[in-house]
Amino acid sequence: MNNSATNTIRLLAAGLRALLVLTVVCGVVYPLVVTGIAQAAFHDKANGSELTSGGKSVGSALLGQTYTLEQKDKDGNPLPDPEYFQPRPSAAGANTENTQYKLLVSGASNLAADSRVLLESVEKRRADVAAFNGVPASSVPVDALTASASGVDPDISPAYARLQADRVAKANGLPRDKVRALVEDHVEGRQLGFMGEEHVNVLKLNVALRELAGRA
Amino acid sequence: MSPVLSGILQLVAVVAALALVYRPLGDHMARVYGSRKHLRAEKWIYRLIGADPDAEMRWPAYLRGVLAFSAAGVLFLYLLQRVQGALPKSLSLGFTAISPDQAFNTAASFVANTNWQSYSGEQAMGHAVQTLGLAVQNFVSAAVGMAVAVALVRGFARSRTGELGNFWTDLVRGTVRILLPLSVVGALVLVACGAIQNFAGIHDIGQLAGGTQQVNGGAVASQEVIKELGTNGGGYFNANSAHPFENPNAFTNLFEIFLILVIPFALTRTFGRMVGNVKQGYAILAAMGVIWLGFTALMMWTEYAHHGAALQAAGGAMEGKEQRFGVGASAVFATTTTLTSTGAVDSFHSSYTGLGGGLTLLSMMLGEIAPGGVGSGLYGMLVMAVIAVFIAGLMVGRTPEYLGKKIGTREIKLAACYILVTPTLVLGFTALSMALSGPPQSILNAAGNSVHDSGAHGFSEVLYAFTSGANNNGSAFAGLNANTPWYNTTIGLAMLLGRFLPMVFVLALAGSLAEQQPVPGTAGTLRTEKPLFAGLLVGAIIVITGLTYFPALALGPMAEGLS
Repeated sequence: MNNSATNTIRLLAAGLRALLVLTVVCGVVYPLVVTGIAQAAFHDKANGSELTSGGKSVGSALLGQTYTLEQKDKDGNPLPDPEYFQPRPSAAGANTENTQYKLLVSGASNLAADSRVLLESVEKRRADVAAFNGVPASSVPVDALTASASGVDPDISPAYARLQADRVAKANGLPRDKVRALVEDHVEGRQLGFMGEEHVNVLKLNVALRELAGRA
Repeated sequence: MSPVLSGILQLVAVVAALALVYRPLGDHMARVYGSRKHLRAEKWIYRLIGADPDAEMRWPAYLRGVLAFSAAGVLFLYLLQRVQGALPKSLSLGFTAISPDQAFNTAASFVANTNWQSYSGEQAMGHAVQTLGLAVQNFVSAAVGMAVAVALVRGFARSRTGELGNFWTDLVRGTVRILLPLSVVGALVLVACGAIQNFAGIHDIGQLAGGTQQVNGGAVASQEVIKELGTNGGGYFNANSAHPFENPNAFTNLFEIFLILVIPFALTRTFGRMVGNVKQGYAILAAMGVIWLGFTALMMWTEYAHHGAALQAAGGAMEGKEQRFGVGASAVFATTTTLTSTGAVDSFHSSYTGLGGGLTLLSMMLGEIAPGGVGSGLYGMLVMAVIAVFIAGLMVGRTPEYLGKKIGTREIKLAACYILVTPTLVLGFTALSMALSGPPQSILNAAGNSVHDSGAHGFSEVLYAFTSGANNNGSAFAGLNANTPWYNTTIGLAMLLGRFLPMVFVLALAGSLAEQQPVPGTAGTLRTEKPLFAGLLVGAIIVITGLTYFPALALGPMAEGLS
């Protein structure tokens, strides 16, 4: 009995030593080496791909953000700013505290395909987007009606960007054709022609829009 | 190009990449585990551990090594989370200590290669816990899985000895010679595409329209790569591989799918090499590949068809999916992550169509063997092969043999015990959670929330949680609020028992096989390297899983999908 207890302790000690040694290898040396190389070779990307406009940082090209007014609707959500292209709906932190694009908790709604709550949100978003942009409800694409997985999706579909172009042009006092052309310039195709979906990075498009409007 | 065609081409690209590395990686792993030489760095490690790397172990000794190492892992990770509040802010990011039940759950989760997360990474875990604790277990729990698989393969390959190799050697070699080099390369590929890799704290960055946005720094790329490669799945961020800092574009998405699959598939080559007949490995590979491709095709079909009231109203299954990936690539990711023991997600399974969600559940219920987790996929599939051989033996009235070893009473008892562990845990805990009054309150999509007034999806949330835990997957129907003492404790137990009890039976089986004298093949021997056997194996898997789980699936996803 005494003997087997000693053996167990000896074995656990060996396990613990193995763990500590491998912690140094995989938990200290490995991440430091990778960070060192990454910071040297891909400095901007390793630090979050920040975009600058007019000399100051305007956020990460990889993260969606909000473009809203001070005014709020009757549910207390800030109204979208018509001068900007709007991102997809966000359910970030929906099950804890909904921080929208402010972060820190990324995430999805997790609502089921047959959820009444989701069905009602989809119908409300369709009506809101149609009214906000002055387009028929049937023309609103799916990405404008559904919350993304991360809650900080940086992209929208080309269809949703095109749908917003006239409203944005009007709000900024810009010619429609110029804004429409700007959208087309910002459509990113599938990588190598087949990977992923076509998309428009909302932040990049809005940065270019501000420069076009001379407000950079 | 239509989205469907693009989805199919992406699937083809993944298959092509896997085919390209199958032989070199499989052969490399066979050399790693068969070599008699030790690298100098490895010798230092053995000296520090105090282990003799050349001492052969019988199965009980091998098992004691696995359990001692894993127990140390649970203890260390638990304590690290409990002291987080006392660490300097540069290491803790200012986060406090994790509560006892959640710390137990997370420690069990990462040591059991599950990576079930009842916390949100970006608002609970600092640099120390993520990098020193969680990421380390991502390496070593994967290496433990591979070690046990290799021990079972040695059981088939060796004769008239009970010796299965040395656990410490297999653990260290798997980490140092396989996982680490691949991770360094993979991490740099991810950073080059935009995944972050720094040690910045939580900081504000400006927004275009004014105001600021809070962003986490962290060693994300280095953790992301081993999370996929080691089929772990625990995200740095709550949104997991849907977060652009973990998975920045469509290419990294396919790259991560590739990383998840590459070792489990290539291990069938390693197996073939070690038993001296690569065709035996191809038969196992074929069974895995058929199931993976079949499930992926079904998943793409149901997601593109987007049944379900809310998805029909929206005009597509984009709820909980990212624009840059789209429906097709998300579907491939979903079947891949649940048919392996990964559980990383690039889209949220709870918002999939009823049948799509059901497929993710069924994928895990198959036991995660097509191709399964690193190591656990191979040993799970070999146990199923033993059972398939036994069934074939019953049909023709011959003593079953596999790879020259007799499958006798002892072997079949061990295999049967192996396949009973997870269903018992899944169905038992699910039934208990639904029967008690408290646990169902965690459900998000409860009956009143459904357009059909059906509680089917809510039941699926609970069934999914225990299926994911006991099978060591770690993905979730994340509507369920699992951060309660009940779920933290029961899922924690399901993960530990679901990981280590099967390992006991696998190693005992390996020991029993290694002691046998091989039987020479005759004209009547079942040819286990032929397509007929691969087909029999697939059939056995589907029938056994179907019979076990059909009633539970009928109450959840099938009821939702068909209503």
